[in-house]
Amino acid sequence: MNKPKRDIQGFGLSLLNRFAGSETVDKLGLRKPAEKALYTASKASFGAANLANQQFRAVRNLLTPERLQNAPSGGLFDLTPTDEQAMMQEATRRFADELLRPSAADAESHREPSEEIWEQANALGLAQLAVPEKLGGAASERSVITSGLVAESLGWGDMGQACALLAPVGVANALANWGSAEQQMKYLTAFTGESPPDAAFAVVDTEVTPDPMRPRCLARQDGDQWVINGEKRLVPLGRFAELFIVSVDTDKLGPRLMLVEKGAEGLTRHADDSMGLRGGGLGRVRFDKVRVDNSALLGDDKTFADAIHLARLMWCSLAVGCSQAVLDTVTTYVNDRKAFGEPLSHRQAVAFMVSNIAIEVDAMRLMTWRALSRCDQGLDFHREAVLAHRFCAEHAMDIGSNGVQLLGGHGFVTEFPVERWYRDLRAVGVQEGGLIA
Amino acid sequence: MIQLEQPRKFKALINQAQQVANEVFRPISRKYDKAEHAYPKELDMLAALLDGLNASGRGAGAAGLAQSSGDADAEIRNGANMNTVLGLIELCWGDVGLALSLPRQGLGNAAIAAVASAEQKKRFAGCWAGMAITEPGCGSDSAAIRTTAIRDGDDYIINGEKIFITAGDRCDHVVVWASLDPSAGRAAIKSFVVPKGSEGMELVRLEHKLGIRASDTATIRFSNCRVPAENLLGSPEVDTRKGFGGVMQTFDNTRPVVAGMAIGLGRAALERTRELLNRAGMSTDYGTNRWTQPAALAELTRLEAEWEAARLLTLRAAWMADNGKPNSLEASMAKAKAGRMVTEVTLTCAEMCGALGYAEDELLEKWARDAKILDIFEGTQQIQLLIVARRVLGLNSSQLK
Repeated sequence: MNKPKRDIQGFGLSLLNRFAGSETVDKLGLRKPAEKALYTASKASFGAANLANQQFRAVRNLLTPERLQNAPSGGLFDLTPTDEQAMMQEATRRFADELLRPSAADAESHREPSEEIWEQANALGLAQLAVPEKLGGAASERSVITSGLVAESLGWGDMGQACALLAPVGVANALANWGSAEQQMKYLTAFTGESPPDAAFAVVDTEVTPDPMRPRCLARQDGDQWVINGEKRLVPLGRFAELFIVSVDTDKLGPRLMLVEKGAEGLTRHADDSMGLRGGGLGRVRFDKVRVDNSALLGDDKTFADAIHLARLMWCSLAVGCSQAVLDTVTTYVNDRKAFGEPLSHRQAVAFMVSNIAIEVDAMRLMTWRALSRCDQGLDFHREAVLAHRFCAEHAMDIGSNGVQLLGGHGFVTEFPVERWYRDLRAVGVQEGGLIA
Repeated sequence: MIQLEQPRKFKALINQAQQVANEVFRPISRKYDKAEHAYPKELDMLAALLDGLNASGRGAGAAGLAQSSGDADAEIRNGANMNTVLGLIELCWGDVGLALSLPRQGLGNAAIAAVASAEQKKRFAGCWAGMAITEPGCGSDSAAIRTTAIRDGDDYIINGEKIFITAGDRCDHVVVWASLDPSAGRAAIKSFVVPKGSEGMELVRLEHKLGIRASDTATIRFSNCRVPAENLLGSPEVDTRKGFGGVMQTFDNTRPVVAGMAIGLGRAALERTRELLNRAGMSTDYGTNRWTQPAALAELTRLEAEWEAARLLTLRAAWMADNGKPNSLEASMAKAKAGRMVTEVTLTCAEMCGALGYAEDELLEKWARDAKILDIFEGTQQIQLLIVARRVLGLNSSQLK
């Protein structure tokens, strides 16, 4: 019997199946919403039984790479997430609220998310979203906006841990979208397991007035190999990654992406302690005459630009989440805090700062969504990504700064998270890699 | 499904508006900026065309603006609010003052659409209604309105002076805000449709303005002006609990439209400036290094991002109105962002282009003058921020003044 092609509801169902077996579901109180969604999905014409035995199927012979198709557009202006996206939002918001936010300070001091956070994040199956069904994953369609929505939720909890958790997902996304059959078989299937490998996208170079479109890391062709020299900075999870996608400038092909494993001779990883994102396992990765085969080339020149823009949009999404966290926090604070006999919020000088935060957060979100949604529709999205990134870098930092300002001295001390958000939000304008939607 | 492109089904309407903006408005834009108070007779033919469109059900305009009823299970709609915003964006790319002078597209028409009964809508169909709110002694503080409407038999008798009435000379009806009882505060403020030529209604003067000179701005005095009671919009009851709701509801629909006007004008300035920079040998490419590219290009990209932000906030507010979602907060966000965006964009473009921007060679200086009103009428920047703050912080008007 031919199994039905999995549609969007099927995708939701397979995701739910993973949730249903996870202890995290109960821990986060997700049982009810999950069941409700299951009920909705089961009202559709096909049964869930068909789907039960197709998860985790290993693919032995992949001759052509698996590519996820873009979802068809309804043609109308609409801001309603699909049921599946709403479910992911709900799940990741709770994860952010109950796990990421409370562990943010701890992760900062350890410079990485804890074991428990990793376990719970893996139980959510984020990496599964990138891997096509045929390779054992849960994805039936390409949806960068779903990645953006997840990043927004996690960024609300803690940008530092979020960027570490999302780094392997980005590499999986890149392999799914641009990997050859060989690359997909070798690497992508590893992301369907219970604990996906640590993987990272290394872009930022050591230079002033940086330009991610012209990498300083150089790859010289030598026979059927490439020799890579240079250094990548501020790489989320870079301290620990076993697999890297590196942006390099090649002497023959222009800027390109290359896959490099941690065991390659001449590759060294160090911590890259920074102003913020301290829970993100930031790494400084050196390439000293690192040799890779021709098969390490990932995608083409268009891929390269797409990857940079999709990285920027993930930082925009994280910034939207974190800026929303600032808004939520200052709203409570200025209503509670009294000065001159009344709440701070009763003064226009204070209240209007809150208004402006609210306006710019919403604008950041809409601009990010538009760029991601254009990508999902197969439209050119580079202009929209540049505008979103410029806008978010500027306004997220303003919001971070005003967040501290509104709390005054209390904003400056570590008792409140706003000083961390101030440090994290500066990264939006600096990070142009690390993650891929 | 999240999708923020312009809906394909409005392509024909957008194209028509672009044709009007480019072929009708732009060629006479400077002429009526110079000839303030002259009636742009070119618009009559256009109005006939628009009426034809509206009759065919394909058009959009102030008369179509209304909140759809809320229905959570309904299909997502892109309706009259989106339609009108998109159309006006294009028209205002052509000329804001002329767009404001389009017959039968007045703010009063939007008020009638928002709060009139079915019978009234029928009776006032096809009229051109201006809106009379502001008085010499009250602007943003609409609750301080001193114009009175006193019941007398089957009529109300209106007394007072109204200023800043857009299209107040050219329109054939005026929607007048007046108080049934000045001691009862905002709850007693009602709106009345007053036909032009009513006895006791006098056009006092036309204003000379900074910008949008193609649009007439009138002062009208009411001295014992009789209006039939059936011309009162909404309920005649003074309900202190419901208060201002009825009349203010209009703004939830019209603020995104005014924000849309700013989007159109902003785009005109950005496009022209980009052309002038290109002509001067600066090729604009979104992929170039943001730190080492010419400062003018970096600034233009920054402004374009601000413009795009305002545009999306505006489309969101219209989309909400079309889908029965309460949008007071989002309408004010859009208006606040669009108002300050268009002022900044047009003023910076005028500066960036030097003499070409400041002298009358180009329309850039005119656009910079036209822009300022968009951050003032339909609620100033400060009023929008106040509305947003009260909603976000959960405060009322006595807590956050």
